[in-house]
Amino acid sequence: MAEPLLSVRDLRTYFYTENGVARSVDGVSFAIGGGETVGLVGESGCGKSVTALSLLRLVRAPGRIEPGSRIEFGGKDLVTLDEKSMRAIRGASISMVFQEPMTALNPVFKIGDQIAEVVRVHHGGTRQEAWHRAVQMLETVGIPSPAQRANEYPHQLSGGMRQRVVIAMALVMNPALVIADEPTTALDVTIQAQILELLRELQQKFGTSILLITHDLGVVAESVSRVIVMYGGEIVEEALVTDLFANAHHPYTEGLLNAMPHVGQERERLATIPGTVPPPTAWPAGCRFHDRCPYAWDRCIAEHPPLYQIADGHVSRCHLAVEPERRADRHEPFVVQKAIA
Amino acid sequence: MSGQPRSALWRLVHHRMARWALAVIALLILAALVGPLLVKYNGAEQLDIVALKNRPPSWAHPFGTDQYSRDVLTRVLYGARISLAVATLAVLLSTTVGVAYGLVAGYAGGRVDNAMMRLLDGFMSIPRVLLLLAVLTLWSPVPLSGLIALLGLSGWFGVSRLVRAETRIVRAQEYVESARALGVPTMRILWRHILPNIAAPVLVASTLAVGNVIALEAGLSYLGIGAQEPTPSWGSIFFDGVEFFAGNWWVVLFPGIAIVVTVLAFNVLGDALRDVADPRQVDVARRLPESTLTDPPSMSALQPSENG
Repeated sequence: MAEPLLSVRDLRTYFYTENGVARSVDGVSFAIGGGETVGLVGESGCGKSVTALSLLRLVRAPGRIEPGSRIEFGGKDLVTLDEKSMRAIRGASISMVFQEPMTALNPVFKIGDQIAEVVRVHHGGTRQEAWHRAVQMLETVGIPSPAQRANEYPHQLSGGMRQRVVIAMALVMNPALVIADEPTTALDVTIQAQILELLRELQQKFGTSILLITHDLGVVAESVSRVIVMYGGEIVEEALVTDLFANAHHPYTEGLLNAMPHVGQERERLATIPGTVPPPTAWPAGCRFHDRCPYAWDRCIAEHPPLYQIADGHVSRCHLAVEPERRADRHEPFVVQKAIA
Repeated sequence: MSGQPRSALWRLVHHRMARWALAVIALLILAALVGPLLVKYNGAEQLDIVALKNRPPSWAHPFGTDQYSRDVLTRVLYGARISLAVATLAVLLSTTVGVAYGLVAGYAGGRVDNAMMRLLDGFMSIPRVLLLLAVLTLWSPVPLSGLIALLGLSGWFGVSRLVRAETRIVRAQEYVESARALGVPTMRILWRHILPNIAAPVLVASTLAVGNVIALEAGLSYLGIGAQEPTPSWGSIFFDGVEFFAGNWWVVLFPGIAIVVTVLAFNVLGDALRDVADPRQVDVARRLPESTLTDPPSMSALQPSENG
């Protein structure tokens, strides 16, 4: 990757709550190349959505992007950019597709108007031009008879259709990067596949880069080229998708992969990762995953692991990288041991 | 699709109580607009201070005359103009201020919201009537525009509370977040994405407020510190008659009826609008007695609204 489209360095987004400082995103660095699709994976509460909002600087008080964080995009640092320039970037250069097509559209406006609004805000021009562009875009995202559909309200459309409209809004200005936050989670599996296929098509057509945020490794497997796994506000593993599925290194990634159902699986129950994500106001010392990890040993409690280079383009935040023999010592995670004791 | 939800306007017009209220209000507005053109006198005219003083209702003077020999019907019709105009403009003012204040506080959130709401708590701790009494006692005679301004500026606190709460709910909706993420400017988000989605409860509150302000203005005029003589407002006509109430019941009765009917009509319309804005609620209210006869009400039927 010569010159990445987006380069995030040491991004830290903290929330100053009554219960203490929530370090929801805590030193995240990654890059996305032009036309690349990157998956950002993790459970609820691991910081992936806050990372996405931080990229567009949409984090609301009491949340704040900490000084020292850098988000480089098109030769600018988005962290320090003034609000007006930032607004010009949102929707035009970087845009976002939200999770819930039911609520991501304003119930009181025609869908055509909602797409046209994005055009008018960024591009100006007349109402008719914007409307025309909206209809075009509805056609591009595969909505039948777009000229009529543009006059309909969100409640008249099915979930899949609405998500297509949301995608049309995000792509109408032909942005360089689209952040898709769980774009298929709220949809039926068959519709999910259609939406992922649509995103893939549009990406090839327009050369858009996509940051696909999901908790579903199945979605990742079929859509992205590179995967970033987050846990506890940090990146714990990053690899090409094939590499990750074949040689997952971090025990958390391993756990996520084991928790996926497989075709022809005979086990009755799916494997789960015991315990829950700790609260972001109190990340555990040492490795943040240590009490849920089946390999953890004393070093994991004492020493916060750095991102170790495992292979070319593959990093993992786990001490197993330097003490691989520990992988043989599989045991009940501390959280389970504590529960039993 | 036959399951298309009816429009809010359709539901309003087909709401029985709303139809009555709308008819009454329409009649009142008509009376206020064209009534004064149809009568022979003007509201301040003293016809014949000796011969036509304190006459009971007759064909010539259907509502009688007062102690200054003024035609009470004429005065009530002119009074409708004053009372309705003062109340409507005052509510328009209070709603505008309240909506603006509530939108800003609710959308900004955090410390700005906190400061604005504490300031509002301060305003709300002052009793409205007491404040108006104090100011109007000092500012006498008050011009109508001053009266409107005072009634409006002392009445926006409740609306802004409501708007702030509704704004906070709508702000958290994904379509607002989405508009932000797509670069829509803040003013446009407030105007196009939030305001239309909070309009229904604001409309209900404003309608109820009109009735409230009419009663309030009548009260102030009754005390002689509202609309100033010789401008007739319902409250001041009433005030003129009170002194001789035992003999001249008509001077008090007709403006009194006008006040009661108007306040009632606006309250009923406000309630009807509330029903219409949340159709689930009216359905529950109407169906519950029947359904309890046939089968026990389900938990969901007892819930006043889906998003409670």
